[in-house]
Amino acid sequence: MTIKKFMFVNRKAPYGTVYALESLEVVLIAAAFEQDVSLAFLDDGVYQLKKGHNTKGIETKAFEKTYGALEDYDITKLYVDEESMAARGLTADDLCVPVEIMSRAKLGKMIEDQDVVLSF
Amino acid sequence: MKFSILINEGPYTHQASDSAYQFAKAVLAKGHEIFRIFFYHDGVNNATRLTTPPQDDRNIVNRWSKLAEENKLDMVVCVAAAQRRGIVDEGEAKRNGKDATNLAPGFRISGLGQLIEAGIQSDRLVTFGD
Amino acid sequence: MLNIVNKSPLDRGALDSCLQAADGGAILLIEDGVYGATKGSAGEAKLKAAAGKFKLYALTADAEARGIADRMMDGVTMVDYGGFVDLVAEYKTCQSWL
Repeated sequence: MTIKKFMFVNRKAPYGTVYALESLEVVLIAAAFEQDVSLAFLDDGVYQLKKGHNTKGIETKAFEKTYGALEDYDITKLYVDEESMAARGLTADDLCVPVEIMSRAKLGKMIEDQDVVLSF
Repeated sequence: MKFSILINEGPYTHQASDSAYQFAKAVLAKGHEIFRIFFYHDGVNNATRLTTPPQDDRNIVNRWSKLAEENKLDMVVCVAAAQRRGIVDEGEAKRNGKDATNLAPGFRISGLGQLIEAGIQSDRLVTFGD
Repeated sequence: MLNIVNKSPLDRGALDSCLQAADGGAILLIEDGVYGATKGSAGEAKLKAAAGKFKLYALTADAEARGIADRMMDGVTMVDYGGFVDLVAEYKTCQSWL
């Protein structure tokens, strides 16, 4: 099978809209198809990785654990925009999984290098 | 060139479905091929045959069905997103104990693998959303 | 990369994020994104500053729908849906900044 570089760009916060959850579902399928998968988090997308999702009060299924499970699917390329983190008062310690934090310019170059860019 | 299109929003609330439709027509007019049109998130709502929009405005669902029929297009609605939002064909109705179906002509319900395959097999994949 | 922006810059950060992150190529404004290229708007200054890095395009049909086709800034090439298709074909990949 052809292997293409798939980049999933996440720019939206979790729970306020469905995009974070449903885009993760696509990520898992891309891994099942053995594609070269990376995830980029910028703008409010960085909030998806903030640890400690407690969704009891909003009676919605929490999906923080899924980020941790990505590794089991050989998805380890998670790139996070450092400017988006800084603007939101977040540090690497706040995140639920290990990621590579990089400048916005470098992230842009990573995205440029992809074959297929999916935005949600 | 082979194009695929991803539509993330439903009819009328966002312009995404309209933009995607005009883009799809232009792709065909330019002599390119459309490999697949994939409907995800609220985009699955483009596939209900139960809409009755005002007579003097475009009928978004019907024109997708017509475009698909005239050009033998493959229009796929994501099964997980469809289940969440109540877009149902015969198979889904049986499987999930629903007493009705509402899938419009020209659409088929299938898995997210169809989107990934579209990304792999197409030269270009364009996303329309919010 | 062809960067497609469909939101007005004063409503959402999509155009800003695109201008800051994208590595060059082209920007195509569609839907409410076309407001970003109107003369005298905050978007105009940003796009002018970016004109060295990106080729700028806007969808005619969306500008006309919104009654702003007569005030699109210089330096932005207006295209129809056929031109949109040509742009997607021209660039190896496209990204939608939603």
